[in-house]
Amino acid sequence: MKRYLVIRSLQSLLALLAISLIAFAMSHLTGSPVDAMLPDDAGPEEAARLTRLWGLDRPLYEQYFVFLGNALQGNFGDSIKWQGQTAFGLVLERLPATIQLGGFAIIVSTIIALPVGVLAAVYKDTPFDSAGKLVALLGQAMPNFWLGIVLIWIFAVHLNWLPTSGHGGLSHMILPAIAMGWFQVAAFMRLTRSAMLEVLDSEYIKLARIKGVPERRVIWIHALRNAAIAPLTYFGVIAGSIFTGSVVIETVFAWPGTGLLAIDAIRGRDFPVIQAVVVTFAGVFIVANLIVDTLYAYLDPRIRYQ
Amino acid sequence: MRSPSAPPALEVRDLETRIDTKLGLIKAVDGVSFSVEHGKTLGIVGESGSGKSITALSILRLVPKPAAYIAKGQVLLDGEDLLEKSENEMRKVRGKRISMILQDPQTSLNPVFSVGFQVVEAIGLHADSRRKALLRRAVEALRRVRVADPERRVDDFPHQMSGGMKQRVVGAIALGSFPRVLIADEPTTALDVTIQAQYLRLLKDIQAETGLSIIFITHDFGVVARMCDKVAVMYAGRVVEYGPVRQIFNSPAHPYTKALLNSVPAIEEDVDRLYSIKGQPPAFWDMPEGCRFEPRCDVAMQRCKTEYPAKFARAAAESGGHCANCWALEEPEWIPSRF
Amino acid sequence: MTDSPLPAVRAVGAGTRKRPGFWRGLRRLPLIPIFVLVVLLIVPALSADWLAPHDPVRGSIPDRLKPPVFFGGTWEFALGTDRLGRDILSRLMHGAKVSLSISLVGILAGGVLGTALGLIAGYFRGLADAIIMRLVDISMALPSILLALVLAVTAGPSFQTIIVVVTFVLWALYARQVRGEVLSIRERDFVARARVAGASDFRIIVRHILPNAANTIIVLATLQVGSVILLEAGLSFLGVGIPRPTPAWGLMVADGRQLIVSAWWIAFFPGLAITLAVFALNLLGDWMRDKLDPRLKEV
Repeated sequence: MKRYLVIRSLQSLLALLAISLIAFAMSHLTGSPVDAMLPDDAGPEEAARLTRLWGLDRPLYEQYFVFLGNALQGNFGDSIKWQGQTAFGLVLERLPATIQLGGFAIIVSTIIALPVGVLAAVYKDTPFDSAGKLVALLGQAMPNFWLGIVLIWIFAVHLNWLPTSGHGGLSHMILPAIAMGWFQVAAFMRLTRSAMLEVLDSEYIKLARIKGVPERRVIWIHALRNAAIAPLTYFGVIAGSIFTGSVVIETVFAWPGTGLLAIDAIRGRDFPVIQAVVVTFAGVFIVANLIVDTLYAYLDPRIRYQ
Repeated sequence: MRSPSAPPALEVRDLETRIDTKLGLIKAVDGVSFSVEHGKTLGIVGESGSGKSITALSILRLVPKPAAYIAKGQVLLDGEDLLEKSENEMRKVRGKRISMILQDPQTSLNPVFSVGFQVVEAIGLHADSRRKALLRRAVEALRRVRVADPERRVDDFPHQMSGGMKQRVVGAIALGSFPRVLIADEPTTALDVTIQAQYLRLLKDIQAETGLSIIFITHDFGVVARMCDKVAVMYAGRVVEYGPVRQIFNSPAHPYTKALLNSVPAIEEDVDRLYSIKGQPPAFWDMPEGCRFEPRCDVAMQRCKTEYPAKFARAAAESGGHCANCWALEEPEWIPSRF
Repeated sequence: MTDSPLPAVRAVGAGTRKRPGFWRGLRRLPLIPIFVLVVLLIVPALSADWLAPHDPVRGSIPDRLKPPVFFGGTWEFALGTDRLGRDILSRLMHGAKVSLSISLVGILAGGVLGTALGLIAGYFRGLADAIIMRLVDISMALPSILLALVLAVTAGPSFQTIIVVVTFVLWALYARQVRGEVLSIRERDFVARARVAGASDFRIIVRHILPNAANTIIVLATLQVGSVILLEAGLSFLGVGIPRPTPAWGLMVADGRQLIVSAWWIAFFPGLAITLAVFALNLLGDWMRDKLDPRLKEV
């Protein structure tokens, strides 16, 4: 168990390093960051001064380690677009809104997907199963940005039930959460269903029934505990993709989170902010996966006792 | 002691289980009857696909739904028809009055629960005890199936145990609530030969201690000889020969039984080549009109092709109800039987 | 219950599926998805240049914001026009070309790269295997849209950028699956026989191992066309994919976003086209998996 977690942590660290390399390379692939940041009327002395100030005359690997050291302290430099704010400060400021919406979407999708997936397996080949399959297929086919726009069009504009966009209470989160979560519901549901089908066909479920375990307990405890392992491994992917999905959804719903920040920064070519967002997102994604792996080990004793 | 007129521990009458397959509706169990007395063992013998396991699951009413269902017949447990019971009542029968051991110990224990949890659950479902008392009883149950050091092993998970040990745990689960009837579906097939012998010995001992009735499903006549009092030989969903073990070993009547017995290598004998039955069992969706064994039978007659053989019982009084379905038995020693 | 009654019963019970021959399987094709794909994606992509009623890029201002036919419009612009007076239908047809070519080229690139690395890792094992599999782990731990964003920003939005992004997102999955296949194939008799006969490693890989891993690769590729279309649409929507004024479906949705209240058709139809195409592709992919490689689970 310990060994497993140590290995997983090391892998996560490696992935984070790779991300930092990419983020670092990003600012250098596009030519000197100095050109991007200097006002057009600045002279060559100004450019040379900045180059020295930022250490751009040093060898690349040295620059990378400086970048890495700064990144570890949350220092990605100042924003270009938003004057007077640090890049990381901006990300931190916007992060709660993203977590709020993403967390809401994850919780709602899990609450819907898990039971529906289980019941679809139990009532395989019935109308319930077919309806579930249709919902899942739709969710995996609709582009989330389009779904968001259509939802606004129907529920906010035509029916006027919910606000079109912006940050606010629960009513502001419903449409974005649906647009964000439907795809996840679909994937989660199908995984749960297929895992349940496999487990329900197993010998230990037969033995549980032979023991006289009530059917409800057979399904929700004996079978689900096993079947949950497969979808759970996917949970890290879900958490990650909800985060990256926030880039699209926050744009559509004008939700003031890190996703919207990322897009604004890209449009404004605000490199420090983009770097900060990329590294933060990757960090969240990787930590989420690490948590999932730990949970996974807890759920599956075969891993726990290795 | 029970009076001789008391009903047998378990009696199956004319059981028919159908399965709705892509290739049509089939009768996986087709009019099967047998009974097992208190404290005795009945063997059900047959090749793979003869309907043995579905018969066992039908007794517990656990055939895979919704494709399979029990179409008719009776399953009498101490004279009570289980097929009449509601699903709720049935649940109180399973584990408590009839239990079952499955073939493969590697897959019959739930990998995410500790062994203790699984045994405790089996007992707790049929008893109103506190957790502590249940745990004590679980340890007892494990001790009865000779799991060494059961106090410590209750915290183990299945993957930490050997196959033989797991099968003992399955035994503890099945016997935890002291059922009167145990169905053992090839419980030793997946085990090593030495472990097999130990396990069979264990079942025998438990039977001697508790007066358990056992239905032992196997394809191995060697095991039948060691374990059983009576045998039902199944072929293509039907019982083709039924009677006391000694009768069937000494004078098998059905050509299929004879062929099966011939294919068992006796250890003392010097066998040059293993006798095996030619051909394949018929497919369920393409059953011969007459005797189902006819295409593979050495002594088949014209009549066998068109008419399913009647049941004949051995006339001699000491035969113990030995009977078989074969037209070759139309001779004075055998008399037609209605049951 | 290994003493299972008969094979047909297993086919009914869940979990195990029979694996019929390729040609027998083809006879029962999923006709509706194929029809949708042909009408929506393949025919328009191949013939947009001749069949599209209007120029997809140049509009006419007098014809701007015309509603679709049946919603107050005319057959002249069957699905309406956008803010610049461009015909939505024509743009959709040309957009099919973009979607199809990006998914085909991207999957080809990602598939070839991933398959090659998977073959190397699985066949040679050792150090190559260790390095490639670590790269797979890392690549799978990276959130793909972020990567795409970074690339798009650094290299600028273009067809090539998207292909690079798609390749980057896809290769790891092929590498992992193919490696798994190779590990089992290389232990089979015919590989040993070829080796004894003196065949070179390259010949063994290409002639003996690759054909046996082909089903997995085909199934993976089919399953991924849909997600690549979605990825491309998302990137174009965000303005980091296909640059304007090329008619890409995702871009068209972005164009219509602000006008959803007054001219809903601009954003609605391209999104619908994406949905239908991906829906049909996913159905087809599931079907292929069931037929060719049932062991491959939801990926």
